[in-house]
Formats: sequence, C-alpha cells, structure tokens
Amino acid sequence: MLFARNNTQGTPGERPERDFHFVLEGLQPNASGAMDGTLSGRLDVRNTGELWRRLHRVAGKSGPILLRLNVSKLEYVDASGLALFTELEEVLRSKGGKLELVGMRLELRRALDQFLVQSRAVAVPRSHGNILERIGRGTQRFFHDVRDLVGFVGLFASGFGQALRRPTSIRWRDFWLNCETVGANAVLIIMLIGFLMGLIISFQSAMPLRMFGAEIYVARLLGLSMVRELGPLVTAIILAGRSGASFAAELGTMKINEELNALNTMGLDPVRLLVVPRMLAAMCMTPLLTMVFILFSLVGGAVVMLSLGYPLVSYINQVTLSVGVGDLVNGLFKSLVFSVLVGGIGCVRGLQTGQGAWAVGAATTSAVVSGIVLIAVMDGIFAVLYYVFHY
Amino acid sequence: MTACGLDLARTGSPLIQVQGLTAGYGERIVLRDVDLEVFAGEIVIFLGGSGCGKSTLLKQMIGLEQPLAGKVLITGQDIHAARGTQRRRILNGFGVSYQTGALFGSLSVLENVLLPLEECTDLPETLRLRVARMKLAQVGLAGFESHAPAELSGGMVKRAAIARAMALDPCMLFLDEPSAGLDPVTSAELDALILDLARGLGMTFVIVTHELASVFAIADRVIMLSKAKQGIVAQGDPRDLRDHATDPLVKDFFHHHVSGMLNTSAEATSA
Repeated sequence: MLFARNNTQGTPGERPERDFHFVLEGLQPNASGAMDGTLSGRLDVRNTGELWRRLHRVAGKSGPILLRLNVSKLEYVDASGLALFTELEEVLRSKGGKLELVGMRLELRRALDQFLVQSRAVAVPRSHGNILERIGRGTQRFFHDVRDLVGFVGLFASGFGQALRRPTSIRWRDFWLNCETVGANAVLIIMLIGFLMGLIISFQSAMPLRMFGAEIYVARLLGLSMVRELGPLVTAIILAGRSGASFAAELGTMKINEELNALNTMGLDPVRLLVVPRMLAAMCMTPLLTMVFILFSLVGGAVVMLSLGYPLVSYINQVTLSVGVGDLVNGLFKSLVFSVLVGGIGCVRGLQTGQGAWAVGAATTSAVVSGIVLIAVMDGIFAVLYYVFHY
Repeated sequence: MTACGLDLARTGSPLIQVQGLTAGYGERIVLRDVDLEVFAGEIVIFLGGSGCGKSTLLKQMIGLEQPLAGKVLITGQDIHAARGTQRRRILNGFGVSYQTGALFGSLSVLENVLLPLEECTDLPETLRLRVARMKLAQVGLAGFESHAPAELSGGMVKRAAIARAMALDPCMLFLDEPSAGLDPVTSAELDALILDLARGLGMTFVIVTHELASVFAIADRVIMLSKAKQGIVAQGDPRDLRDHATDPLVKDFFHHHVSGMLNTSAEATSA
C-alpha cells in the first residue's frame, strides 16, 4: 500500500509539517472538456478526507465528467488514499464519467489492484431478518429466558434443600461476608431514604389535612402505608439497584473468567457454593433493612408532627393504634418474598452472562430492570391477595 | 508522522530508540539502563523467561508506563515527554495488539476496525468503510465483518486485533504474545500473516513471545532479556544465537529449557 519517496533525508522528527501533505494543482477543464489536475506529496489518513472533499466537489456535479489526475509525483499513499481513488472512480462511473490516473508508478498500480481484489472479497453483511423473523426470535428468547428461570428455581430449591438438610455444606464465611455487603453496608442509605420519605410524605399530607383540622391523622397514614406497603417496596427497590446488580456483576465476571467452569469441572455445584450463600444473606438481611427503613420513616414523620406542635406521645399513640402486629408481619413477609426475587434475579442474570465486558454490563442492567419489574408485579399480586382474604 | 511508511526504510535511521531506560514497579526494578534500537522493516522479538521484563519493556515503548529513568524515542520523539496533539500523533503512528485481542465486545468486528478511523481521521464514511473492510480482508477476515468478537475463534480474534491495529496505516506494530493460546497450525498462519505484512508492506514489528517456532519462522533479530541482569543479555539473528552463543543463559534457553530455568540459572550465575 505504501510506496517510497526518492528524496527523503534526515530523521522523521526533523521534517516540517508541510512535508506531510499533498498538493493538488490544476483541476481545470481543458479544451476537450476533461478536468486535468496534478497530485503530488503524501496522501494518508490525516489528509485524505480533505482531498476527498475537494475532489468530490468536482465529481459530485451532474453530468459525465472525465477526471484526469497526474499522480506521477505522488510520494506516499496509504489505504485511505487507495480507498479514495476507488470510491472516486465509482462515483464518476455512476454518472457516466471516468477517472484516469496518469503516470501511475508500478507500486501504486499493484497496490490499487490488490485493494480492488480485497474490496471485492467482502461478503454481504448478515441480514437481521424481517419483522416476523425478529418477533419470532424475540419470542424464542423470551421462552428460553422463562425456561432458564424455571431451571434456576429448581436448582436453587435443590441447593437450598440440601443446605437445610446439611447446614455444614453451606459456606458460612461467604454467607457472613454477603450479609455484610447486602445488609450492614446498606444500612446508611436505607436510613437516609427512609427518613426523607417519612418527612416528605408527612409534610405533603399534613398540608391538605390541616384544612380539615385532621393533621393528627398523618401519623396513622404514614404508619400504615410504610409498614404494609412502602417500607418493603422501597427497600426491595433499593436492594435491587444495589445488591441485585452486585450479584449479577460478580457472577457474570466469574463466568467470563471461566471460574464457574472451573467449579463445574471440579465437580462442585456453583449454585450451592455461590448462589445459596447470597440468597440466604439477602433473605435474612432484607426484612431487617425493611424494619430499619420503617423505623426511620416514622422518625421523619415525628419530626414533621413535632414541628406542627403535636407532642411526641400523641404521635406514637396514633401510630400504635393504627398499626398492628399483623400489619408488620404482612410487611415483613412481603419483604422476604421481594428478597428472593431480588437475589434470585441478580444471580440468574449473572449466571446467564455472555462473553465480554459488555455482557457483564447487560447482565447487571437486566438484573436491576427485571428485579424492579418483578417486585412491582409481586406487590400488585399481594395487594389483590390481601384484599380477597380481607387481611 | 501518523504514517511513516516505507520511505523511512531508506533513511537507515532507527524508528524506535530506547535510551538508558530504567523501569520498575515501586521499589522493584525490572529493567536497568536498557539501550536498544529498532529499524524500519525489521521484525524484532523480545525473548526471555517469565518476569524478565519483556512486557514491561513493551509497555514502556508504547507509552503505557512511565520510566524511572531514560527515554523512548518513536520516530525521534520522546513518547513519555510528548503531550496533547503531539502525543496523539505519536500514538497514531503505531498499532498495538494485546495478548487477549482486547476487541470491544459490544462492537462488531467491522466496528472495531472502524473505531480508530472514526475517532482519529476526518475521512467520510464511505472511505472509512472501504479502508476497514480492506484491512479485514488483508488479515483474512473478509465475510466476518458483522460478527461479534465472541463469535470468533482465538486465531480470528488475534487477526481482527491486528486489523484494528493497522486501521490508521501505522508503520509499526507491537504484538504482545500473538501466539498465546493458539494451536500450532493457527500460530503458523499468524506468523505467515506477520511475514506478509512485514515483507509486503514494509511494516516494522516488535513482538513479545515465548514460541521458539515463531521466533525461527519470522524474527530478523531477537533481543533476549534476563531477570538477573535486569536487561538485555544478548541480541542478534536467532539462528546465530542458537548455534554460536557462548552465554550459558542463551544456550539454555535455545536448548528448550523451561522459562523458569533461565531465571534460576541466571541467579545462580550472578550469585
């Protein structure tokens, strides 16, 4: 592709900038109507774009054009220059014109011939199919996904059952480490968001209730909504973004590093070794974090009620009157179910990771999105069940 | 400086000059006061046992790591001292292919090759596509443009990585363990490709490898490094080194001792 200049002297670092450029002279119509020009100097990836714009202004005109370029003084051409000549020739030919390269040196002719051969060797890109094919593939992917999920539930149930029968088979060190990352390390963010949500909801609901002199009912509203609904839901969503994503990224990276294959070939079950400790940690920590969330949201509510002039004892009385132990048990049960969803979807997306860094990112995103969707769907199912059974 | 091409081959001046290079990690010195030159059109191979500093030297030469002392001149310019546009021009003047290929998994093979053309040139899309496809054809990957890197075999990944490294028509390529993980047939095919590019296009190659078969197949010059000496222990034509070297370390290496033997025997000698 490259061919030599004849008069090079000195080291490359000493050459002036202008020495690395091409010169296009002439490009005027002659008596026969053809455009004549002379091209000299260097043509490389840095300046081919500029030459293309200048030549395309001529080649792009309507009507057939015969463009005759004298390239005998051209000292250097790389692949971009060869691409330019090939493309220019095609543009001119499509309009009935022609490109003539005059004074072409043998090296350039050979390089151009080779470039044309290699360009023709290019195959047609794979088709992504029509709309029906794409719908079909999407549906197939969906059912594969469902099959994988069902398979994972089975594997987890089996691993979990085995762990219950033989608790010593659980890697307790991993369990405690996961408890720390899922639970202890998340306490601060749970406290902060709980407190702010309690504060905001109390303040926003106190304003309209004040018009009816019913501000005291803010305590009942907040207590019931946090314990039965928002506490488990928001905690689970925070954990989906935090721990679910972390599970997916960790297991995904292990998969692309072939660590999962290594476990399999050692006859070890990755679900028992990696998934069970994570799931158990999520199941133990999520209800605890939910209680922290509820507690701090009630503290946020108390701040608002105290600022409105109500004594703390009245606020606590109202909360305890409206929220029973059954409500707390309902909330914590929901929280337990959400933890299975968050942990499970994080682990399954991690185990499904494809190849490369991009696949880990995709698995993590998918874990968070699927986790939140599943939590919302499950919360809706709980609402219907509680309504049907008057609980 | 972006593409320095065959014309430099006629000047006889070195493309790469390493002058008094000392490199290491923290307190640990890996290379001490290393000098070497690489000329245009050469295929130079760094050989040596594990931990002798081959990859460190390569990283220093491509500007990935800062030296503790000394400098690396690429086409006469200090790669570590250069900043901004000047540094970018130096970097665009060579290509690097890493041991794993380092292809971007989210992009197709064609998009991987197109990336440097899109980011470092002002070529219109039609020309960029032509150049990228031509580079892939040059390494024998025509027809695989729309494949994802994950769909390629190990040898194809290495070829695609070389195509990407050549996208800006650099005059030199640095290859880190190009044959690692490849079967002998694929490895030989890759050697043939390197020879084609070197002899056909006049490209300069600096290669780190452990494969003695590749060394004898393609190397113009071997530079052997030693952990004990923290630098170059011998250099020259691989057959000359094999047949006439007097240094026990070099003799050991070419007579198929395991790589660790070099370090052990070197340390014994120095002790």
